Amino acid sequence: MNIVGALAVALGAGLATAAALQEKPQAPPAAQSSAPGPIAQTTAPTTTAPMTAPRMGLNVVVLDPAHGGVDLGARGTQGIRESEVVLQFSEQVKRALEAQGFQVVLTREGNDNPSFDDRSARANAQRGAVFVTLHISSMGLPGTARTYVMPDFPPSNDISGLIPWERAQAPFTTLSHKLGDLVQAELAKRFKGSPPTAEIVPVRQLRTTAAPAIAVEVSSVSVENRADLDRMIPGVAEAIAHGVAAFRPSYILPTLPSGTGQGGQP
Amino acid sequence: MNWTWRTWLVIVLIIAVVGAALYFPALRRQVYKAKDITEKTAEQARRELLPPAPVTSGDPKVKAKMYWGSRSEPGKLEPVTVELPLSSDPVLRSKQILNTLLAGPVDPEARTLPPDAALLGFYLLPDGTAIADFSEALATSIPSGIESERLAVDSIARTLAANVLQAKQLKILIHGQEVDTLAGHLDLTQPFEVSLNGISEPRSGVSVITVPIQRAFEKVKDAAKGEK
Repeated sequence: MNIVGALAVALGAGLATAAALQEKPQAPPAAQSSAPGPIAQTTAPTTTAPMTAPRMGLNVVVLDPAHGGVDLGARGTQGIRESEVVLQFSEQVKRALEAQGFQVVLTREGNDNPSFDDRSARANAQRGAVFVTLHISSMGLPGTARTYVMPDFPPSNDISGLIPWERAQAPFTTLSHKLGDLVQAELAKRFKGSPPTAEIVPVRQLRTTAAPAIAVEVSSVSVENRADLDRMIPGVAEAIAHGVAAFRPSYILPTLPSGTGQGGQP
Repeated sequence: MNWTWRTWLVIVLIIAVVGAALYFPALRRQVYKAKDITEKTAEQARRELLPPAPVTSGDPKVKAKMYWGSRSEPGKLEPVTVELPLSSDPVLRSKQILNTLLAGPVDPEARTLPPDAALLGFYLLPDGTAIADFSEALATSIPSGIESERLAVDSIARTLAANVLQAKQLKILIHGQEVDTLAGHLDLTQPFEVSLNGISEPRSGVSVITVPIQRAFEKVKDAAKGEK
């Protein structure tokens, strides 16, 4: 009777699945969540810092493996999924950064997909931190890597001195450009064909991050063999770690009013 | 229950399970296919509500510069000169230009925008802000990545800059809606400078969305809702 019971359960489960499929077709995988963050984040601004900022060290690197969960990111013809590859990259980058004496905070360690704001919030809660988001492109010259930084923000008419969440990156663009150029210079040394400096592109993830922030995108999921990407991992990890370490002397942590994360023009 | 009945019951169940295993993949395909058809129909309905791409044979042919992907330098754009009948009206002209950009170059590898994307609407505000409303395919069919999304928006901005002098800034809507990103990377909340330098340059001249422009966006959204 055990066999009969097992078969009956299997059949029942199959019929239930079929019914579910007919009633409710699955939604296509969404792109990375773009839902606005909590109201408190969008309406309650973080604050600017006084200009009398004492020097403090850069201690923490918030590492963001992009995508995850239902958002697979770029997908290659060989079944390569960006969301999985960036996790492997982040493990090696973490080790390389720790070898340089940094504490590393990951925005995700498994196959989940925090929102843009949740990822930024991880960085904004740190002191003495920089933010690095890792991506794999779906195009571009395979075997190269690019660093992206946010453009300068237009001047704000706000006279309160508070920084809205949506403009959290605004006070940090100069530092981000410096960090981006240092990391890109290291990448260009290791990956021929990569540009010598960081490119200025408005990347959504960087906009709400109140810390020097860069996006590193490796080309690409369209490689013929997954091993070609895997071979890039140590070089990318080393380049990021050396670039961030070279940035250390340039980093000045602003003094912040109590109850806020980072957020002021050094 | 005697052994004969048990045997028959087991046989019947095995046949049912095998049958289900063969039938379910086909059923799943049918369900997905039906869903695709529904989505396409909604998209087609939206397109049908809007006037067709304005290409009037009476317009004089002029040389237009289209920015498509470079084959020699991956990740860069290069201008291609094409001869087109273009209206002197900046809105009509912009529509003609963007429809040509969407139609793509002779070499499909040099495409910067998905072939199934369509321009649903185009508006030009008095301050030079161009509002281009694209179908959802622009967001859903574009290859994922910062580089590919940058190239797509860059090609639109540079092509407008080269051919429509009145356009100073570019705001991209998807299906009549303001969206956070193009396909998960590029920030679409702020307008882009319409410049031959492209969007990779610092946007020092671009201001945040001012209140009058925001009101204009609301009008565009209301108009889109009314059309639906």
